[in-house]
Amino acid sequence: MKRSWLATPYAIWMLMFTLVPLVFVVYYAFTTKAGDVTIQNFAKVFTPGNLQVLVDSLRLALFCTVLCLVLGFPAAYFLSGKDFSHNQTLVVLILVPMWMNFLLRTYAMMTILENNGVLNTVLTAIGLPKVSLIGTEAAVLMGMVYNFLPFMVLPIYTVLKKLDRRVIEAAEDLGANPMQVFVKVVIPLSVPGVVSGITMVFMPAVTTFAISRLLGSGMIYLVGDMIEDYYITFTNRQVGSALSLVMLVLVMLSIGLLRRVDPKGEGGGMW
Amino acid sequence: MNKRIVVLVLAALVALATLTPVLAEAEKPYAGTTLTVCNWYDYIDEAVIGMFEEETGISINYVNFTTNEELYTKLEAGAGNYDVIFPSDYIIERLIKDDMLEELNYENIPNAQGLLDWIKNPDYDPDSVHSLAYMWGTVGIVYNTTMVDDPVDSWGILFDKKYAGQVLMMNSIRDTMGVALKYLGYSMNTDDPKALEEAAALLIQQKKDGIVDGYFVDETKDKMVAGEAALAVMWSGDAMYAMEKNDDLAYAVPMEGSNVWIDGMCIPKGSQNKEAAECFINFLCREDIARMNMDYIWYSTPVQAVVDGMSEEEFNDATLNPPQEVIDRCEYFLDVSDYYDIYEENWMQVRIAR
Repeated sequence: MKRSWLATPYAIWMLMFTLVPLVFVVYYAFTTKAGDVTIQNFAKVFTPGNLQVLVDSLRLALFCTVLCLVLGFPAAYFLSGKDFSHNQTLVVLILVPMWMNFLLRTYAMMTILENNGVLNTVLTAIGLPKVSLIGTEAAVLMGMVYNFLPFMVLPIYTVLKKLDRRVIEAAEDLGANPMQVFVKVVIPLSVPGVVSGITMVFMPAVTTFAISRLLGSGMIYLVGDMIEDYYITFTNRQVGSALSLVMLVLVMLSIGLLRRVDPKGEGGGMW
Repeated sequence: MNKRIVVLVLAALVALATLTPVLAEAEKPYAGTTLTVCNWYDYIDEAVIGMFEEETGISINYVNFTTNEELYTKLEAGAGNYDVIFPSDYIIERLIKDDMLEELNYENIPNAQGLLDWIKNPDYDPDSVHSLAYMWGTVGIVYNTTMVDDPVDSWGILFDKKYAGQVLMMNSIRDTMGVALKYLGYSMNTDDPKALEEAAALLIQQKKDGIVDGYFVDETKDKMVAGEAALAVMWSGDAMYAMEKNDDLAYAVPMEGSNVWIDGMCIPKGSQNKEAAECFINFLCREDIARMNMDYIWYSTPVQAVVDGMSEEEFNDATLNPPQEVIDRCEYFLDVSDYYDIYEENWMQVRIAR
């Protein structure tokens, strides 16, 4: 039996839930409500106000990705150096948040960050001034990092775990100090994991919508919210689809750029 | 014992045993049917669903929506998915225009007789051909009396810089544009682009001045209970819920007027279980059930018998049972889909402003 048969269920799944919707998105993006071909929908997307929203979304997604990398890489490095065959506590700690639905986690974050929320109650109790976080970009960023951090840690952890210890030993034998080993050996070899992590964080971050609505109090308006509004509030699939298509192209471009860094796609081969 | 009596008794028992299921069958003609009901979040006493299932043998598949526009989009995507829906006035009007609603057969809804007279013949659906009122209420301002010393009688207080960072607006196009339009003296259903631009400009200024603390729908009530803001635009039932949980809160319908709305029960075209759906609508109009729902969700009931049975305190509660003069200064939302793009453009400007 040919092994490719085993992928049939997945192929059908892809066809139904990725390919067909994509065809609809393209169709709607280039037609009017009456069904005539048009590029008017894109004109509605590229207005100065909307571009500002696009720029904000990209900027926040970029911040989020950088923060995840800065926080995630050392964590993954630390974890990969431990032997967890008997004690998986730390890996579990990273994974536990992922067991819960992200919307619930975001509601929990809202309760923590609110003006009279958990954080401020604690701060007041120990005599510190309150911080006003909810409704700011900082709060949205915190929510995004919290939600997406595991997507950065796991691919890097996987790559570092597979890293051949003998390569490091060889570097040490040749006189490299720990810093040099890290910078010249570990980091270059971890690139596939980093690339995979960046893609997996950047993509959901750039189109996030519920997080900005809940933690940004509806004040921080991102592309994801805008697409939702066009589809749901305005029942205007045409402009919503055009906007989605623009985002899709942008995301694909950024992945294409990343691919150049990791041409063989060794970062777990997720994408 | 006389053998004949034994035979008679046995015969009677057998007859009874065979008749009972037949009787039950007659009482539960739709047993085994599944109805898909699409209602607002937190908009029914869940116990009511269980009671209905038990009494009729019909099972309910209960799904939710947050805004009227979301419901409309869901329906447009495939109306046959739902058997009973709960849209508001202006969406009912639009759905009728789009020919997406079944006509109700009132022979199956005898309890409809018991609705308030003024609610039986609404502008958006004359003679209630396609819809029957489920709940009604107003839009107004909920305020925290410990944080607001000015009298709350005008929408103007929402645009006062004194309350910077203290005002929660509604993330809902018609309600929020409507508030600004009313404050500026226009109709909430205006088709005048100038009026809408003015309204948007007012809301943008309010946002830029830092007066708005956030735009929410379902979360507003809990935020007001927690004292997160001083003032919020809210629906009357959510206001009741919040005031019940926090004694510092109060509700007012501003003097400029506001929106009085009715959420109806409708059967979308394509429903496979129209009669069972009518049975459900009839059930919700029953006095004890309407009372249960009112106690649970705090909105105003359209059922006359429930109003008659209110305690004096409930009857005099202007939020639960708005007096006529409040209703008189409010207006219904009407369908604006013919010039919706003007609303869309202006609302988008408010959303992206910063």
